[in-house]
Amino acid sequence: MARYLGGKLFNIIISLLVLATATFFLMKAVPGDPFTQEKAIPPEIKANIMAHYGLDKPLGTQYLVYMKNLFQLDLGESMKSQNRSVTTIIKESFATSAKVGAIAIIVSVIVGIYLGMMAALRHKKLIDNAAMFIAVIGISIPNFVIGALLQYFLGVKFPIFTVQGLEGPLDYVLPTIALSTLPIAFIARLTRSTMLEVLTSDYIRTAKAKGLSPHAILWQHGLRNGILPVVTYLGPMTANIITGSVVVERIFGLPGLGGHFVESISNRDYTLIMGITIFYAVILMAARFITDIVYIFVDPRIKVSGGVVKK
Amino acid sequence: MSTQLKDVVTSEQAANSPFAKLPQRHTESEIITAESRSTFQESWAKLRKNKYAMSGLYVLIAIIVLAIVCPMISPYNSYTNDLDNTYLAPNSDHWFGTDNLGRDLFVRTWLGVRISLIVGFTAALIDLMIGVVYGGIMGFSGKRLGGVMNKFAEILYAIPYLLVVILLGVVMGNGLTTIIIALSITGWITMSWIVRGQILQLKNQEYVLAAQSMGASGSRILFRHLIPNTLGPIIVTVTLSVPSAIFAEAFLSFLGLGVQTPAASLGTLISEAVSVFTLYPWVMLIPASLLSITMLAFNIFGDALQDAFDPKMKK
Repeated sequence: MARYLGGKLFNIIISLLVLATATFFLMKAVPGDPFTQEKAIPPEIKANIMAHYGLDKPLGTQYLVYMKNLFQLDLGESMKSQNRSVTTIIKESFATSAKVGAIAIIVSVIVGIYLGMMAALRHKKLIDNAAMFIAVIGISIPNFVIGALLQYFLGVKFPIFTVQGLEGPLDYVLPTIALSTLPIAFIARLTRSTMLEVLTSDYIRTAKAKGLSPHAILWQHGLRNGILPVVTYLGPMTANIITGSVVVERIFGLPGLGGHFVESISNRDYTLIMGITIFYAVILMAARFITDIVYIFVDPRIKVSGGVVKK
Repeated sequence: MSTQLKDVVTSEQAANSPFAKLPQRHTESEIITAESRSTFQESWAKLRKNKYAMSGLYVLIAIIVLAIVCPMISPYNSYTNDLDNTYLAPNSDHWFGTDNLGRDLFVRTWLGVRISLIVGFTAALIDLMIGVVYGGIMGFSGKRLGGVMNKFAEILYAIPYLLVVILLGVVMGNGLTTIIIALSITGWITMSWIVRGQILQLKNQEYVLAAQSMGASGSRILFRHLIPNTLGPIIVTVTLSVPSAIFAEAFLSFLGLGVQTPAASLGTLISEAVSVFTLYPWVMLIPASLLSITMLAFNIFGDALQDAFDPKMKK
């Protein structure tokens, strides 16, 4: 098990190093420097600015300094917002994004698994067809469209929810729906197809023969196996939620990290872009790593073989 | 001695009994009565029976034809401003209305569909070519080279693709080429893994051994024998990667990283419409629904293809 997780961890570290290096050199490859767009600055001042951000040193030195700072969790200073470090910006805004994202993940898992189970139980019946049609629609409508539609119908036409901002608990409803539609659809489809296989398997028949209640069979024996693909989906789901949050935060005007990311892209605020990119990557890799660990505990087959993961 | 005798007795008895074994007619029992059909014919037949899937296909064809024809027959173009007629509601002149500069939205929307389709198909095609070759070599070569290639793909895959796209967009400037390149950098990996998995399963089959014994080279075995046998999953993956590329393009255009004005993709149109959505809902509803319908049609058709090619679903 240690070797298995160690290998995964090694992959993650290499990926992060590759991403950090690639980000650094891509940003350096951009023609001009971050200050060329502004009005002509006197050369002395410009030299001072460049020295302040360490941009006057040779590229190799800059890279080493950047990597060294990265290991100390210092992501540099934002180039557009005065005197604010990237770490501060992330610290201030990530709480909001994390809250919305976590709610969306919890809602997606619960609703998705429930829909999938119901569809599998009523295989080829009305509920199954309806659930799967809703799921394919959920996969096909982009989250920014869903967000805008919700805002229009439930915020403007029938003003049940506020259109912008995040003050009361009700304000979380629309962003959560917009964020979780895609994951719900994915999880429902995954759960359904696995449950269809699980429900016809021998051990379910054994459980029935033992006289277990349908309830116990479904939720204890069935779900434990049916949930496995959902666990593997946790990593990609985090990616979906993060990318989704970028647009959903823009639509609903939430003070989260996604908004800063979009802003930094349009401002060409390179340190902020690099910092948030790496931060997002770290979160994603962490989610994947947690997935690998959870997988070991959820998969009954791995437990039976004495905690030894054969992979 | 005794067993031999017993056998003779039993066979004699059998010949007299009403359950006598009839002489086997080998020539007849070997005749195949069912019409021989390849996997493809079978899958296609299954697909044609699936009304749900075929409706997806028809919608798809209709959208492609409309995207080609509509901008050609319309008397308007996509860039002429008409500042007296901004934000017109859909009417007999402007079927989809006009935008903030009085440009005809019918033409702009269908041109947007065209761009979305081009991005989707091109990205899927590039993924197909790189993914099949890389995945084929990864699966067919030995453990060492295959392992290194797999590790490389794994590391690249761990990097979230939208971040790559955004970074490249920042560096290379916005536009159609950037988006397609950026989507292709990581897009091929899924395809390569699917091909690798198939090849790993297939490469120990007898026909590979037969080809080897007849002196076929490694690349001939890979490209002439193995890859044609993995076409089913490849086609499914391509079909399903088109809508994800279309989504990625719309997403980037929505963030302002995509196609630049005066050209417009569906994502750009939606992005421009968001700020005035409450006042002029149709400006956003039309491109948004076309985007969703296109992706829906691809997803429905792709799902059905998957079922049709899945041997487990055979009845």
